[in-house]
Amino acid sequence: MAMDLDPDDIFRDDEDDLDDDFHLEKESTKEFVVYLVDASPKMFSTTSPAGDRKDETHFHIAVSCISQSLKTQILNRSYDEVAICFFNTREKKNLQDLNGVFVFNVAERDDLDRPTARLIKEFDRIEDSFMREIGSQYGIVSGSRENSLYNAVWVAQALLRKGSSKTADKRILLFTNEDDPFGNIKGAVKNDMMKTTSQRVKDAQGLGISIELLPLPSPDEEFNVAQFYAELIGLEAVDLAQFIHSAGQKVEDMKDQLRKRMFNKRIVKKIIFSIANGLSIELSSYALIRPAVPGAITWLDSVTNRPLKTERSFICLDTGALLPTSTKHFQPYKNENIKFFVEELSEIKRVSSGNLRLLGFKPLSCLKDYHNLKPSTFLFPSNEEVNGGKCIFIALHRSMLRLKRFALAFYGGSANPRLVALVAQDEIIRGGGQVEPPGMNMIYLPYCDDIRDTEEVLPDSEVAAPRATDEQIRKASALIKRIDLKDFSVCQFANPALQRHYAVLQALALEEDEMPDIKDETLPDEEGMSRPGIVSALEEFKRSVYGDHYDEDGDGKKTSEMSKKRKAIAEDAVKESANYDWGDLADTGKLKDLTVAELKYYLSAHNLPVAGKKEALISRILTHMVVGGRPRKLGKVIRLFMIVQLLTH
Amino acid sequence: MARNKEALVLLIDVGPTMHNIIPEAEKVCSLLIEKKLIYRKYDSVGVVLFGTADTKNELTKEVGGYEHVVVLQNIGVVDGDLVDALQHLPRGSFAGDFLDAIIVGMDMMIKKYGKTDKGKKRLCLITDALCPTKDPYEGTKEDQIITIAEQMTAYGMRMESIVIRGRFSVEANKRIVDENDRLLNIFSKKTRAKLVYVESPISLLGALRTRKITPVTIFRGDLELSSKMKIKVWVYKKTSEDKFPSLKKYSDKAPPTDRFATHEVKVDYEYKSVDDPCKVIPPEQRIKGYRYGPQVVPISSAEWDTVKFKPEKGVKLLGFTNADNILRHYYMRDVNIFVAEPGNSRAILAVSALARAMKEMNKVAILRCVWRQGQGSVVVGVLTPNIADKDNIPDSFYFNVLPFAEDVREFQFPSFSNFAVPSQQNELQQEAADNFVRMLDLAPSGQGEALLPDFTPNPVLERFYRHLELKSKHPDVAVPPLDETLKKITEPDQELLSKNKSVVDAFRSCFELKENKKLKKSSRQMLREIPSGSDEGENYGKGPKKSDTSATEHTSAATIEKIGDLTPIQDFEALISRRDSPIWVDKAIMEMKKKITDLLQQTYNEEEIFLKALEYLIALRKACILEQEPKQFNDFLRYLYKFSQERNQSSFCKFLASKEVTLISKTEAVDSEVTDDEARIFLIKSEPMLE
Repeated sequence: MAMDLDPDDIFRDDEDDLDDDFHLEKESTKEFVVYLVDASPKMFSTTSPAGDRKDETHFHIAVSCISQSLKTQILNRSYDEVAICFFNTREKKNLQDLNGVFVFNVAERDDLDRPTARLIKEFDRIEDSFMREIGSQYGIVSGSRENSLYNAVWVAQALLRKGSSKTADKRILLFTNEDDPFGNIKGAVKNDMMKTTSQRVKDAQGLGISIELLPLPSPDEEFNVAQFYAELIGLEAVDLAQFIHSAGQKVEDMKDQLRKRMFNKRIVKKIIFSIANGLSIELSSYALIRPAVPGAITWLDSVTNRPLKTERSFICLDTGALLPTSTKHFQPYKNENIKFFVEELSEIKRVSSGNLRLLGFKPLSCLKDYHNLKPSTFLFPSNEEVNGGKCIFIALHRSMLRLKRFALAFYGGSANPRLVALVAQDEIIRGGGQVEPPGMNMIYLPYCDDIRDTEEVLPDSEVAAPRATDEQIRKASALIKRIDLKDFSVCQFANPALQRHYAVLQALALEEDEMPDIKDETLPDEEGMSRPGIVSALEEFKRSVYGDHYDEDGDGKKTSEMSKKRKAIAEDAVKESANYDWGDLADTGKLKDLTVAELKYYLSAHNLPVAGKKEALISRILTHMVVGGRPRKLGKVIRLFMIVQLLTH
Repeated sequence: MARNKEALVLLIDVGPTMHNIIPEAEKVCSLLIEKKLIYRKYDSVGVVLFGTADTKNELTKEVGGYEHVVVLQNIGVVDGDLVDALQHLPRGSFAGDFLDAIIVGMDMMIKKYGKTDKGKKRLCLITDALCPTKDPYEGTKEDQIITIAEQMTAYGMRMESIVIRGRFSVEANKRIVDENDRLLNIFSKKTRAKLVYVESPISLLGALRTRKITPVTIFRGDLELSSKMKIKVWVYKKTSEDKFPSLKKYSDKAPPTDRFATHEVKVDYEYKSVDDPCKVIPPEQRIKGYRYGPQVVPISSAEWDTVKFKPEKGVKLLGFTNADNILRHYYMRDVNIFVAEPGNSRAILAVSALARAMKEMNKVAILRCVWRQGQGSVVVGVLTPNIADKDNIPDSFYFNVLPFAEDVREFQFPSFSNFAVPSQQNELQQEAADNFVRMLDLAPSGQGEALLPDFTPNPVLERFYRHLELKSKHPDVAVPPLDETLKKITEPDQELLSKNKSVVDAFRSCFELKENKKLKKSSRQMLREIPSGSDEGENYGKGPKKSDTSATEHTSAATIEKIGDLTPIQDFEALISRRDSPIWVDKAIMEMKKKITDLLQQTYNEEEIFLKALEYLIALRKACILEQEPKQFNDFLRYLYKFSQERNQSSFCKFLASKEVTLISKTEAVDSEVTDDEARIFLIKSEPMLE
């Protein structure tokens, strides 16, 4: 039963066995975020061109980015807390009772709190009711001393008063398309307002709150950060460059960039990179690519639905005595048990100082496609690094790109020290946004014992292997040209298993009956594949390699025996199965009167596994009959399932 | 022989030219047996030595000839004695004839197994192939080899030849070497023989696969280019991490007299109600809850089964794309290999045609794979061509899993062009960096590639298995320091560094680490500067904690709180003379010690570093006398001595002795317990022991 502890086991069927500590980023701090969204009429009147659909307003863009981020957050980082706050609104709703600021919330939730299913659901619909219930109105107008921006920062700061800045990362994310909020007032009033706003921001920053700007540039006009915001939130030249957008950006690109900025970069670890003879620099490592897994599970008492506490105990198998902890381990060897203390084992594993140590450089062609074990880690010079360090990194980076070489280094962690390849990656910018950040990717290399020479030990390798002729290669090339995914980008697909998992959770959390249908984007494009050009290229390739008479199923002589046998069994089962009225047997509870062999007819005929005890077989048959194909009504399915369980127990 | 067993005969050249590599051969061969003792206890192994003065084999008795070939061990089930025998190989004094050894080995196999157990018999030849082979009685050497190869095939034997070449091989007669290479090559063409050349002790350790894993397919079926065109393929793992063995927990509760005690520990889990900690909830009453925000949604596994994603088994082509569209760092997992169904020549042709066309056009294929029926997830990955370089191996593909949208975190990083001026390279610096990257070359053309993953053993596992063997004889022995050969994996090659000393020095001098005067003050960075435990990562063992050796702290004379990197001695002196709190003396001494050990940990026997360390040490000594802390210094010097010895860095101790650094004696500081004589001879007397 110990296996049940594994929270990922529903995804474990694909032999992923990455080290646990490798997955986890250090998340000692949680994050408190206030989304501060400008709701001025300008946000509703300015649009940006969307690719295929009609243009979208800036307000819509901001709201949909937040909504998307909430959905990610509730699954992956559900301990972080958020508040959503609009400013330049007609109505007001905030503890300070300040004008022009509206804090959005739903029932059973504090203003700054973990996102809930309800929050996500209602926020998704906010645009329908926004004008009616909250309203949009310029808050800073000449003749009035109202300052909605000042009020907004004040409200946000008050929301973030919760918790200490040591244990939580506090951020205000400001969405606006107005680069000059005090543009329509003049004179002393303007100066005064700017000064008080700036003081408010400085106070907030002094409390350890970081304020970040997410500007939405108009199609015809650049967002000039230097106009007002640069000084307000204290940006320097380096940071400024990040805000330069090309005018006329597409919505997709804009959303992309906003989304990237909304993430807080989490450093996994600081690494000392020793280069040569005592010269070393500090790097930060980031886990940019890690397999996403469904969140951790909690065991519940099925009667009360209350969480359970897991207690682990060690029991001596010989005496049955309870052991306090276990510090000794053993390995059977030569009919003896060789004992090791935990410290001894960690001493064995400590083969290096824990640094990243440069060993030398190799041409990129030495890095083979099979030199891989787990996802890479991204390296970037550390923020605290002295200038010289960054300088060294950039110089090496440039030389490695220029000379097409990678660095070979030894990365000596305590858990799993490895040889690594550091591959320099040049910055790639597409559509005005960064697609690949500049830096080095650390690729974990296998050792000789991790590599298998399968292809060399396969049977039948004494004789010369057949090789394709030039003609056959030409036909293959023609085919490849036909089925070309021109703008394929890595990670363009959502993980259908994960999407399904989340969708089911969401539906159950919101007590919805309707089972959302998740599209599996990873299926091949059948329609495209049936285009005449592709079909004929496939036909020609097929004829050139297989000849005219080739039975794809019958050619494998040895394997066909087994599959023929299996086929025969299945055919037989279909025949036999037809002799029973399964529906009736199930309804009257007579399945249990059948023999195991009889039950297996049904299972084989429907291509279901035939292993297990009789009860398991019956349960499997009932499940199959109830579910039939793909369930639509989730609630119904689960209710039906209860019945199935009652029947079998 | 049972299905999973193998018989192996090691053919080891111990002739005079091999003497300097025999220690490594001993290590790799004994490791092979050690692993067999754990994972393949019923395998059989025989050992044949050649190049010995003696002759001892059956063939010489039966037909004569075959001199200088000794059967050290007949084919038999592995045992501990074999490990011992392989750890102490005799050194031979004659030129060995590897052909004779191969025939003796084959003869042993044939006598023991005949024609049975095909494919489970393996010969492994370790030689430098520098000595001539004898001419046969009739025909040419080539004919003879072809005959031998045919016999090997007929009896279902494989052969693996590991030929040692490179810088540690002795001056050799080129004609003989070329002839031997040609002869050995015939084997790999004519029969199932593998030939590898190794150029360093590390690759010898890595060249012999010490753990044989029978390949198992993870998929057999169609690679569907479309619903109409399919290729029969088998999919295997190409890489898979060989993990540190998971040791069992040990219980010493059983009385020592109990000879049948298992000493095993059972780990038991109990699930208890939060409200009532005494109440244990039985397994059938438990249900899994999935977190959704603050809510926990209970779903039983049976319910999950009805609603979860259930894709059909199958491997389908999505399309082809340019190879440079897939950046290398997106590879997610261990690698699979797609081979055409063995024996299916048309499938082999189809794979070959596709692979070769993809290679020519620099294209890759994108696939969607569900390996097994009932699997709850799909993978999307990239198929890259693997064109076989040997005639008898069919072309194949490598398959790497790519990330899904959810797996990627898109953080934005500043462009390098945006960094403030001091970070921009001037031409001189860039040239120094170019030279550095070019000259610190691990794969120089014309020579073998150093530290090739395929030939590099895992130092941790090597160390574990060696220590296991050692402990089986001496249960209380401490973990010895890392073997010199293995150190070549974890540390830069000193030879390469000193060969390119001028390039390295030029690089270093171009990039003097300057102090970051202008610390950024934006709020974001301020937050980051708050030191938090999370950034420190792991600390390593008992050694002093590593500090950020490179990051300089912003220091000013008024408030020195740490020892920086630029002016460490001044910082130290300022720190130790601070009188606002007594803690500073201890802190200063502690930090200085750390500084010194860090320095020594970074390098090996580097004169420049020694000088620096010496400078620090002298400053520390002076201060310890001044502050009346002689014990602190004396203990530290003793620690350094031990530390250097452990790391085989005795040259540092010699260096200190030559600079007359001594313990602090009573005359220098009254608190010291060390007499003048003791102080003087501490490092000197220890020297002979170090040799």
